[in-house]
Amino acid sequence: MSATTWSGQVPAALEEVDLRVDLAGMRLKNPVMTASGCAAAGRELDSFFDVTDIGAVVTKSVMLDPRSGNPTPRMAETPSGMLNSIGLQGPGIDSFLATDLPWLVSRKARAVVSIAGSSLGEYAELARRVGNSPGVSAVEVNISCPNVHNRGLVFACDPYQAAKVMAAVRRDVPRDVPVFAKLSADVTDLVTVAESVMAAGATGLAMINTLLGLSIDPVTLRPVLGGVTGGLSGPAIRPVALRCVWQVHQAMPDVPIIGIGGIRTGLDALEFMLAGASAVQVGTIIFHDPSAPIRIVTELRAELAARGFTSPSQVVGLAHTPTADSLAATDLEGLRSP
Amino acid sequence: MTTSAGPLQQRAEVLSLKRVGAYHHLTLVAPGVAERFRPGQFAALAVGGPESALLLRRSFSIYRVRDSGTYGGTVEIIFAVTGKGTAWLADLVPHDVVDVVAPLGRPFALPKEAVSCALVAGGYGSAPMFALSGRLLDRGCAVHMVLGASTESRLFGALEARRSAQSVIVTTEDGSVGIKGRVTDVLPEVLERTGSAVVYACGPMGMLAAVAQVAETHGAWSQCAVEEAMACGVGVCMTCVLPVIGEDGRTRMVRSCVEGPVFRGDRVRWSDVGTVPEGTLGAPSGGWPQ
Repeated sequence: MSATTWSGQVPAALEEVDLRVDLAGMRLKNPVMTASGCAAAGRELDSFFDVTDIGAVVTKSVMLDPRSGNPTPRMAETPSGMLNSIGLQGPGIDSFLATDLPWLVSRKARAVVSIAGSSLGEYAELARRVGNSPGVSAVEVNISCPNVHNRGLVFACDPYQAAKVMAAVRRDVPRDVPVFAKLSADVTDLVTVAESVMAAGATGLAMINTLLGLSIDPVTLRPVLGGVTGGLSGPAIRPVALRCVWQVHQAMPDVPIIGIGGIRTGLDALEFMLAGASAVQVGTIIFHDPSAPIRIVTELRAELAARGFTSPSQVVGLAHTPTADSLAATDLEGLRSP
Repeated sequence: MTTSAGPLQQRAEVLSLKRVGAYHHLTLVAPGVAERFRPGQFAALAVGGPESALLLRRSFSIYRVRDSGTYGGTVEIIFAVTGKGTAWLADLVPHDVVDVVAPLGRPFALPKEAVSCALVAGGYGSAPMFALSGRLLDRGCAVHMVLGASTESRLFGALEARRSAQSVIVTTEDGSVGIKGRVTDVLPEVLERTGSAVVYACGPMGMLAAVAQVAETHGAWSQCAVEEAMACGVGVCMTCVLPVIGEDGRTRMVRSCVEGPVFRGDRVRWSDVGTVPEGTLGAPSGGWPQ
């Protein structure tokens, strides 16, 4: 990526912008997807926008067996964010494959299926069943789950365990189906985990998952959430997520990255792409605005056009390149957000 | 795709905001909601404006809808100030804009025959009862209302109730108006006197549990609209779940936004709300630690 990809200061017309992207061999209509756990399996959001008009629907992490999830309260509002402790409630893979996936396929939506296991065996079994189901565009592997065979430690926090999951999944998913590892930022060195899952066969990375947090009730003087701790998401975590994308892209510029964390607007999506993401996922803001994914598609087009870009590929990782003299000399006040 | 049956999301202009006792009565211009609305459904409002740091929607039972007139369709809600989000709503002035999604959720089921019905509400849980009584009266049902609150200022719609029902009983816990006590103190007598076949209820969880029990004892069906904390209101966040027994006898953690907010009272495991009871579909064996 060089500074010459900056196509000049002349804004492009909206219709000149072609939002199609190639993400690890997947051709997407645009780089905006839903984030796992924030869109169920797409059906509820289809009342608010056409789910085929976004890049892809990433389904809520499915496990092998049905799962009740945690007791309530399961959420706590925090400044510009929320904590959740859902506990991976879900119907299990049989029901998912019989009901949820066929609906997405019949709608002709791009389906990226997120899987979650509590052991290597479960991940492998899920990979086999999901990978061989027609209509699955990609598999996203949620490795932020406790490993029952390793003192309940989360796979994503250990480069070795994370790699073992990815190797097990990769083995059972057909070669032409990309596999993304969803990374947690709650680690000492994210780049080490990223390198380790890529070496184990991941096609790309999705980052970041929620950050572990806590909220205490001022009346009961006890933790708010039934599950005590919860995952922090929303705009509050955006700078952390952006930093993660930046660091991993810097270390591994050729690895496809899906940027996730507090994206609220098209400008936020652009920021993630500038830091090195080839695509983005929109999560918690859906709770605030159920039509956010399609709004962000429209806004991203406008943000690209305003800066003279005609394709998202022109901005991926651009923030890592030195500022062009021509750009530095130009008055860009009108493009800075207030 | 958007269908005529589904909810609408719109940026709604505030038509009016009035104080009613301890509550606030908000009227929003929201064309199209009235045509889709059925009593018991709710509206989910974004709070704090476009740059809000409060991300979660606030959900309220719909009090009233109008399908036309000068303002081209309105939706009305009643709310109490309980935190930052509702405080923001209480500061709205006419012409402000609020992002609203409505109507949402499963409505009250209506009886096929012209039977006698008891409508029981606690606090501003009475809000959805007036639209409901209208539909019941249209079907030839007799409507009897029981409205309760801790004190007079926390009653909503006691006067309107007299125009909407064959009989009305008001209870307050402090005796400031009506009978001193709770709705369930008078409900058995109401059910015996009116022979009501269905009890409709809306209010705090503890009241719903007690009402469902009284209905069951008297052989009446109950339809209870729950108030669970919801992040999205549209079925994607999975926060508003409660344990409900299905047709197959199996307990599941179900979303009160899309599978409710109205549930059959005999299906909800009231005393287990806030837990995942043992035997729930997908529960860890031995249940969750309490």
